[in-house]
Amino acid sequence: MRDVSSVTRSTPVATRPRPKTPSSAAGPLKRYRSSVGRKVVMAVTGAILFLFVITHMLGDLKAFLGREDFNHYSYWLRSVGAPALPHRVFLSSLEAGLVVAVILHIWAAVSLARQARRARPVRYAARPKVHENGYATYVMRYGGVVILLFVIWHLLDLTFGAVNPKGENATPYDKVIADFDPARWYITLFYIVAVILVGLHLRHGLFSAVQTLGWGRQGRYPAIRLVADVTAALVVLGFVAVPVGVTIGVLK
Amino acid sequence: MKLTLKIWRQQNTADKGRMVSYELDDVSPDMSFLEMLDILNERLILEDEDPVAFDHDCREGICGMCSLVIDGTPHGPEKATTTCQLHMRKFKDGDVITIEPWRARAFPVIKDLVVDRTAFDRIIQAGGYISAPTGSAPEAAAIPVPKDDANDAFDAATCIGCGACVAACPNASAMLFTAAKITHLGLLPQGQPERYDRVTAMVDQMDAEGFGGCTNTGECTAVCPKGIPLETISRLNADLLKAYRG
Ligand code: HEM
Ligand code: SF4
Ligand code: FES
Repeated sequence: MRDVSSVTRSTPVATRPRPKTPSSAAGPLKRYRSSVGRKVVMAVTGAILFLFVITHMLGDLKAFLGREDFNHYSYWLRSVGAPALPHRVFLSSLEAGLVVAVILHIWAAVSLARQARRARPVRYAARPKVHENGYATYVMRYGGVVILLFVIWHLLDLTFGAVNPKGENATPYDKVIADFDPARWYITLFYIVAVILVGLHLRHGLFSAVQTLGWGRQGRYPAIRLVADVTAALVVLGFVAVPVGVTIGVLK
Repeated sequence: MKLTLKIWRQQNTADKGRMVSYELDDVSPDMSFLEMLDILNERLILEDEDPVAFDHDCREGICGMCSLVIDGTPHGPEKATTTCQLHMRKFKDGDVITIEPWRARAFPVIKDLVVDRTAFDRIIQAGGYISAPTGSAPEAAAIPVPKDDANDAFDAATCIGCGACVAACPNASAMLFTAAKITHLGLLPQGQPERYDRVTAMVDQMDAEGFGGCTNTGECTAVCPKGIPLETISRLNADLLKAYRG
């Protein structure tokens, strides 16, 4: 039956949304709670974590220079600045900085993901076709969760030794060799999968950070994407080298 | 052509809504997509059924009223084309076509395929204007504008406010629409006085309306009938950062 009487205006004038605290009135830090502000937080902390990932990867590759070099690097990290700085002060400050970056990065990601979920209460019946890079959203969100779980495992493994076959008192090199023994192929596989997810995360993350920080322009996009893709690929190769090196016996 | 249409029917905002199938014979490939829906509606009216409500006005791709997510793609399969300019020759005899409204909390369904897009109006009201004195048109050469800026501003100004960008975005974000206006006004001398207040106010309003945030996937630009480029979003980000830093 035809029925027009039941058609209602959806937003009565009185209930129209108004921003709670306008950013212009919010404090210099509270402003960054807007959707774009949280992206900026994500981009800046992501850049810090990216620098960590690069340094970490280069540090790992020292394993190919031999047991002494690798262990010495680990020792050096803890004794930087000695005797002026007490043992581990340098490393612990870096670690504290990384923890803050990780927390802010995840806070921004989770709150934006929840906002996005609320923003589309009814989903499409026809699966929305992906026209561009729409999958990136899922790669970042679900991949990010897996990377976090991996980092927790990884700290228990190679930093604290709790889940490492050699326990906590072995040297870093021995822990790595024990970790990726061919018999423990599933651990190696887990590391490889996690590192590939890190690569995919960086691939979109690097591009996205440039865009969020305001430097994206039509003419620059091909170059930005190329740099992001190549960097991500190098990170994956660099990180995969050590576990695979151990498994195939190049490192022992 | 013979078609099966699966159309979202919803009596009003409160109604839960459902997909309903219709068979349609004798569709000419020369019809526009909306003319095809007109034929369906004429039949429904003759059968004393409720016709399918959908938005449209100019039917020449310039007003931004038409919408429709066709088989999961806002404005359908043809690139840089509004639904009203889409023709049935893009489809094949025997096709099953799914037709849904824009899906976003900030765009509640009014009836069937018609959604309330006044959230966009409120984003514009928050800052998408300039405070130039009106009156007779100024002498054209009085305020010089670099050619590149004029081009980019004009490209951004072609946004028709249709909302396809929101419909396509995995986050239902209104960034492309908002960024088009920020870019258009921010590149021109007339837009400078309010430039940084404008971007803060418009982004705040965008968030208050319940749109999601941008993840820079570019789904929006791929469906935009006017080809508003992704760089507008980066320009908005740059202006907002400058505004926040003070
Ligand atoms: C797959 C190759 C990798 C290997 C062989 C490896 C190896 C190591 C080793 C040996 C340590 C302990 C360093 C020391 O005690 O001095 C360590 C620490 C750490 N790794 Fe990895 N790692 C890999 C990949 C990753 C990835 C992809 C991430 C993160 C995205 C990551 C995050 C960390 C973190 C957060 C620490 C603790 C740093 C600290 O607190 O000092 N690792 N890794
Ligand atoms: S940016 Fe494009 S898709 Fe979005 S409202 Fe404007 S014209 Fe429509
Ligand atoms: S009806 Fe005006 S743009 Fe389609």
